[in-house]
Amino acid sequence: MSATAALTVHNLRVGFGAAEPVVRGVSFEIAPGECLAIVGESGSGKSVTARSLLGLAGGNARVQADRLDLGGRSVQGLTDRAWESRRGKDVGLVLQDALVSLDPLRPIGREIADSLRLHTTLGAAARARRVIELLDAVGLPDPAHQVQKRSGQLSGGERQRALIAAAIALDPPLLIADEPTTALDVTVQAQILALLEQIKRSGTALLLISHDLAVVSRIADRVALMHDGLLIESGPTEQVLGSPQHEQTRSMVAAVPADKPRGTRLSPMDSPAARTIPRSPAPAPTATEQGEIVLEAIGLTRSFRRPDGSRQLAVDDVSFALHRGSTLGIVGESGSGKTTTARLVLALLEPEQGEVQLFGRPWSSIAEKKRRGRRPGVGAIYQDALGSFDPRRSVAEILADALGSALTHSRGSRRSPQSLARLTTLLDEVGLAGTVLSRRPLELSGGQRQRVGIARALAGRPEILICDEPVSSLDVSVQAQVLDLLDDVQRERGLSLIFISHDLGVVQHISDDVAVMRSGRIVESGPAARVFAAPQHPYSVQLLKAVPRLLG
Amino acid sequence: MQAELAAYSSQSVRPRRLAVAEGLAGLLALFLLIAAVVPQFLAPGDPLAIDPLAAFSPPTFAHGFGTDESGRDIYTRVVHGTQYSLVIGLAATAIGLGLGVVLGTLAGMLGPVVDFTVNRFLEVLFAFPGLLLALLFILVFGPGVATATIAVGLSTAPGYARIIRAQLIAVRGAAFVEAATVLGRTRWQILARHILPNTLAPLFVLATLGVGQAIVWAATLSYLGLGAEPPTAEWGAMLSAGRTYITSAWWMSFFPGVFIVLTAVTATVLGRSIDRRMRHA
Repeated sequence: MSATAALTVHNLRVGFGAAEPVVRGVSFEIAPGECLAIVGESGSGKSVTARSLLGLAGGNARVQADRLDLGGRSVQGLTDRAWESRRGKDVGLVLQDALVSLDPLRPIGREIADSLRLHTTLGAAARARRVIELLDAVGLPDPAHQVQKRSGQLSGGERQRALIAAAIALDPPLLIADEPTTALDVTVQAQILALLEQIKRSGTALLLISHDLAVVSRIADRVALMHDGLLIESGPTEQVLGSPQHEQTRSMVAAVPADKPRGTRLSPMDSPAARTIPRSPAPAPTATEQGEIVLEAIGLTRSFRRPDGSRQLAVDDVSFALHRGSTLGIVGESGSGKTTTARLVLALLEPEQGEVQLFGRPWSSIAEKKRRGRRPGVGAIYQDALGSFDPRRSVAEILADALGSALTHSRGSRRSPQSLARLTTLLDEVGLAGTVLSRRPLELSGGQRQRVGIARALAGRPEILICDEPVSSLDVSVQAQVLDLLDDVQRERGLSLIFISHDLGVVQHISDDVAVMRSGRIVESGPAARVFAAPQHPYSVQLLKAVPRLLG
Repeated sequence: MQAELAAYSSQSVRPRRLAVAEGLAGLLALFLLIAAVVPQFLAPGDPLAIDPLAAFSPPTFAHGFGTDESGRDIYTRVVHGTQYSLVIGLAATAIGLGLGVVLGTLAGMLGPVVDFTVNRFLEVLFAFPGLLLALLFILVFGPGVATATIAVGLSTAPGYARIIRAQLIAVRGAAFVEAATVLGRTRWQILARHILPNTLAPLFVLATLGVGQAIVWAATLSYLGLGAEPPTAEWGAMLSAGRTYITSAWWMSFFPGVFIVLTAVTATVLGRSIDRRMRHA
């Protein structure tokens, strides 16, 4: 097997400068036509591993291995020049962000032709033909026309296809894809995965690097889990996902929210970040009778001016109702109008038509001056937690400021001992230690930042939380903890949530009701259980089919 | 391995060289500060005291930097001149910054009409080279230390205003400003607590760099006879007075010149060092 293996890696170690190695002895092989997925969270060393296989680990990296064979030939100690002749020909690379991977000023056809020009003897006309063939092979519609386009003129999926075309231009026996679908919408992701699978079936060995177990389980033959610079578990996909042996693997599998019913815990109870407040017992079965309506959107419409002066409808006649104590999930792909809807609900944007009512009283149609006093009742949690904090302020200042706003309205003094006590309670409630108080958000991890974000939203004692993609930039295990936390605070405080996400798995897990958005309209809405089990609208069906599921 | 070593050594030498420059700049800044606040401490004599017998003395033990055509001690004059240069530099920068903040904030906060008006006004100011603008101002209001200071301040204002406006527009759209709105803050609270601090902090560095430039400009104006009047112990004026005797008494222009250069360099080095620290903080 190892004689014919497309890639053999034995005891690979990579370190930077004098620091501890980040890859600490990794071994694996990939046979032609096989797909191995290396899965790990950020910082596990998976990308460094991939880059080392291409000689791209960086100038100050120390790459050592007992064996590092590409197509049966050792690539250890290759000079930069020697690597140049191997890359593209013996191994292709597809990166996550196609926008920065393609030169914005050159037509994609030229980008793809580059490697043909450097590595083959094809003439200009033959190269042009081959480029069109390649674009056709990766499923780009109308390739003869598209070759002239620059990366900025293509959609995310088209860019990714172009990038894959460039990577397979020389038909390398091995293709390395580092998070190839992470930046893409689910339906596009499904298409790209299908394309990769097709490339694999043609005999190319595929090394897939991803943080997402569900994504890789679709096409990987074998999965290897990476944690802290080591492969902690590897084997056939069904075996690893079906009966994970290692503790870390088990918690990663458990953290995937899709298909886990509402109220199921995603993170282990004894995780270090677990809260000190005792958890309430298992949730009562979802009540069938719905609470009163706390927030209602009626026929919201909002458009934006395009650069050429015409108007584009971002939100088109959107109506929904949020019931007390329940979660309304709004799901849609990029550009579907989810975030505009959130901004309308938060009264950061005025609707052109329709209105938002809060507790049966007008909310979007009144003057900001009148609204301001009621704002603490509606909290917001953002995707980019870091950006939502004033970079000059410490966590203590951020939270005190948020508490201050609540206290001003209840005629309290800002520095009272009660407010200090509330600060501590607040931190405790979101599972953070008091030591974070003196730190700035920049010094916190992604999960900690989002916890601070939740604490700030809770500070005003809101009854409604608007969450716009709150877990989209987090690792799966951290995402699981934050989802559990949201679930807990919702139950303890009886909050009503609007949860906006592109991730159907997450929405399915957390929502009571779901609204599916497309091009500014709600195409389908109803109880989550019903929509996910029996979607009516063709778009919902398509969207659901595209969701990666474990062992799907 | 060699690459590793090279990378390691180049990393460790650089900060050390910088630390030396920063240390020297710090010492110089301290010296200049003392010279500006308590010049008697460093040079007990009178900067205006005439001693015709000692005129045109080259640097000796009695007169470290030599004397001028009236026998005034150049060292004493240079030390006492520090306060002029420093005060003019700081005041001019403060005026430029103040004006820049007002114009930039107006343009950045008060909507498209004000923005348009302020921008056109700034463009007119930009059309003149900075020093020419200062000269024009002095032409209208007459020479003198105060006019020169205001003139220099005025000519640096458009640059600051532009930067503040751009920074303000960037910060205004930041997510944390929206978050503050959601918390129920008023427009002015957000401006004072979030937008202005985040706009002005990066400017602090620029202003420190600007002090050096303002000092050079102020000295230039004095040299041209448009700032401090001749007997005053101001560096630019001293430089100008020494020009006549440059072939026979080089020390008369050399030492004030050296101090202008050193002060400007000190301000620049300190500004860059603050910048670096803030970036890495």
